[in-house]
Amino acid sequence: MRQIDQEFTALPLRALADAALSRARDLGAEHVDFRLERVRRQTLRLSDARLETAADADDLGFAVRVVKDGTWGFAAGIDLTLDAAVRVAEQAVEVAKVAAAINRERIELAPEPVHGERVWVSSYEVDPFSVPIADKVELLADWSRRLLADDRVAHSDASLLQVKENKFYADAAGTVTTQQRVRLAPVVTAVGVHESGFDTMRSLAPPAGRGYEYLTGTAWDWDAELARIPDYLAEKLAAPSVEAGVYDLVIDPSNLWLTIHESIGHATELDRALGYEAAYAGTSFATPDKLGSLQYGSKVMNIVGDRTAEHGLSTIGYDDEGVETQSWDIVRDGRFVGYQTDRRIAHLTGRERSNGCAFADSPSSMPLQRMANVSLQPAPDGPSTEELISGVDRGIYILGDKSWSIDMQRYNFQFTGQRFYKIENGRLAGQLRDAAYQAVTTDFWNSMEAVGGPQTYVLGGAFNCGKGQPGQVAPVSHGAPSALFRGVNILNAVKEAGQ
Amino acid sequence: MSTPQETVERALGFSRTDGCIVIADESSGANLRWAGNTLTTNGVTRSRRLTVIAIAGESTGMVSRAGVTPDQVEDLVRAAERSAEESGPAEDAAPLIDAARAGSGGAWDDPPAETSVGVFEGFAPALGEAFAAAQDDERLLYGFALHEMNSTFLGTSAGLRLRFDEPTGKVELNAKSTDMARSAWAGTGTADFRDVDVAGMAAGLSTRLKWGERRIDLPAGRYETLLPPGSVSDLMTYMYWSAGARDANDGRTVFSRPGGGTRVGDTLSDLPVRLYSDPAAPGLECTPFVVAHASSREASVFDNGLALNPVDWISDGKLAALLQTRQSAELTGLSLTPGVDNLLMEVPGATASLDDMVANTRRGLLLTCLWYIREVDPQSLLLTGLTRDGVYLVEDGEVVGEVNNFRFNESPVGLLSRVAEAGRTERALSREWSEYFTRTAMPPLRVADFNMSTVSKAN
Repeated sequence: MRQIDQEFTALPLRALADAALSRARDLGAEHVDFRLERVRRQTLRLSDARLETAADADDLGFAVRVVKDGTWGFAAGIDLTLDAAVRVAEQAVEVAKVAAAINRERIELAPEPVHGERVWVSSYEVDPFSVPIADKVELLADWSRRLLADDRVAHSDASLLQVKENKFYADAAGTVTTQQRVRLAPVVTAVGVHESGFDTMRSLAPPAGRGYEYLTGTAWDWDAELARIPDYLAEKLAAPSVEAGVYDLVIDPSNLWLTIHESIGHATELDRALGYEAAYAGTSFATPDKLGSLQYGSKVMNIVGDRTAEHGLSTIGYDDEGVETQSWDIVRDGRFVGYQTDRRIAHLTGRERSNGCAFADSPSSMPLQRMANVSLQPAPDGPSTEELISGVDRGIYILGDKSWSIDMQRYNFQFTGQRFYKIENGRLAGQLRDAAYQAVTTDFWNSMEAVGGPQTYVLGGAFNCGKGQPGQVAPVSHGAPSALFRGVNILNAVKEAGQ
Repeated sequence: MSTPQETVERALGFSRTDGCIVIADESSGANLRWAGNTLTTNGVTRSRRLTVIAIAGESTGMVSRAGVTPDQVEDLVRAAERSAEESGPAEDAAPLIDAARAGSGGAWDDPPAETSVGVFEGFAPALGEAFAAAQDDERLLYGFALHEMNSTFLGTSAGLRLRFDEPTGKVELNAKSTDMARSAWAGTGTADFRDVDVAGMAAGLSTRLKWGERRIDLPAGRYETLLPPGSVSDLMTYMYWSAGARDANDGRTVFSRPGGGTRVGDTLSDLPVRLYSDPAAPGLECTPFVVAHASSREASVFDNGLALNPVDWISDGKLAALLQTRQSAELTGLSLTPGVDNLLMEVPGATASLDDMVANTRRGLLLTCLWYIREVDPQSLLLTGLTRDGVYLVEDGEVVGEVNNFRFNESPVGLLSRVAEAGRTERALSREWSEYFTRTAMPPLRVADFNMSTVSKAN
């Protein structure tokens, strides 16, 4: 296992925590936790192989969260001094006192075993922050030049987002965790322009909880992908516009991960299902009364919530409430069987323990219940993508995510993609343009006739899942095999625009 | 701990490269969140961020860190300089802005402005009363109140010293029936919460919940639709963000002219629509000079400090300007019109209120707000999203009941050509984008054939 950065462990982590925890306890807090974080972010963006953005942004600070007389109090600070830690603890208690006047629901937390001192580091080989910027810019410029060398490509965009997150957590019960994780999001896009319009083709490499090795040959074949993008773009620009109607779909994991995220991941957040996000992110059709009975999807649908998957973006050792992370069933054989929870919501609903979904996106953010890596399981001896396609007479094969939208109870969704291929008599018959698929969540998942085997499984994901007010973003992965859906509604985006 | 002004001077003093830009951001915030007539979360936050942009020849390096202490400032400057040396030429390289082209802000020497939980002094009790009233009336209130104060101090090696204090506040209030079957929403932006009328907002939501007692199912289709100012803000804000001159000139947006160039000059609406920004717009005041922490397609760090002036993006129904940097203005040959942090729409002579427009409707839909808006097709700027928290059927000048929600597919650009009537402009809060953009003023619009693509079962 890699070591936690020394410059983080050299900070006065324990001393600040002790000062804050002690002060909040003295002031009568029933619960108190302390979290100190350093988050390093670097963004590189190139336009037509020329550097557009090179930006480093680091956050460092700490927060104290208390429950005082049954009410939350939260405060954050930036000065890493004992005085400041005490002051922020006092402020958190004061906020709880002020807020008590309009709190009508006593805050209690589900119990969690005391874990003592734990250290956890994510799985990666090369720390991207150890690689010189010049090397990274040159790599992206090389990728861009390869695209621009093809005269069918008018413009290229390339970007690389890198994050290294250090979290130190301590609570009054005695759990003390020090963690470090790294993630990358590399993207290249080719733009084609012709007399009547334009279009784009983006790489399908997912963001990953990996190090710089991800850009240099580990787990993704960049050379092969870059070589194909101009052909894909040219074919798309010349493709016929889709005829709206009902089609069978074979959906690649590069597209399906986002449908899982929106229609399953968010729908099975218990805080949302209970109405705590009702005014903003919304609620969920998957209400607690349906747990154990709702046929979410067909019998081949098995969904797991997981914060332990190697290279997953939501993966970590302990969550931001000191809960050891876990893996559990959300949908088993098509039936809805599990939720994602944090400690407060777990207690509120009579659960013995949280399944570890608390996350704060910065040292100044209060932890929210956030999404685990929620993934569709492959069939152990399931078919290849080609075999799934061979079972379709008239359909469409979809790769890559693009546009997404879903309603506030997670019923009605609409997605587009990078590439839509017509399927005729079990074979691909060229790309189509302007397509979007639209469905109701349970109709869609119940129309899933088959899932591919492990050989088709890919962990997709995003850095920017939004939730909460004040808004927070969280990274999350979703694994999926290729899958076959029968009778899904396809729209024509040009006709939708009234053109 | 140094003042931000001292930190800026200290950082500039350490600079060894050809140029240097230093931005010190001091921010404080307070928030309340509630659900089901009770508070759920709250917090007060403070942050201090120092951004150093080193310029070496045509290269730049930007490093930004939170909570920098005086003894860490030199390290930050050196990190930015290393980054500049490694990065290679920046495509937007240009001389730094001098005093003649710079904007003006507040008094440089004044301490940073702050907010605290005290900003809710009048608001919180009023909210508590609204909770009690809702409880008695079997309604549930949800929502969020946020107040932030950002003080920005910008110093450059070209001699600029500019600062601005920008307060940003908003309230969202959502009322639901206890069975959650009916829902209504209201929101407003505010600089200081003294102008927020919680009781008035709650009363308006009660009216809407009552409208919802009669339920009418309508199929998908194209409907005459009354968009309230907040929904107009949802659509116009996204269009504004999509109006980058560079991308338009590259042939990759709805504002690209087929065959080359931009569509500046094209008629977008038959009505004399004016869409504009003005840093001094009363009640919507915002930073009057460019603050760019990093370069992007619509912003350049080299433009930091450049004065922001009132600009018409659409004038008399015609596309008049696009979001520019000095580099893109030169490239496109158009006026230098950088983005401003507010957006207003007016139609000269339009005085009707939304209620007046309802009264003049034979049959149409009245929306409350839009949600989960995403781009489907950049060529037409087709957007998809949902109606939310109340769609009402208007017949013969009166609301006759609540209709199911819809997924819409519409382009704000295409929609402008179908605006049949505009009302009086008022301050508006975009439901979808208010996390990033709160300073808008829009009229209600009557739009023909609004495309409700499918029915959503959500309520």
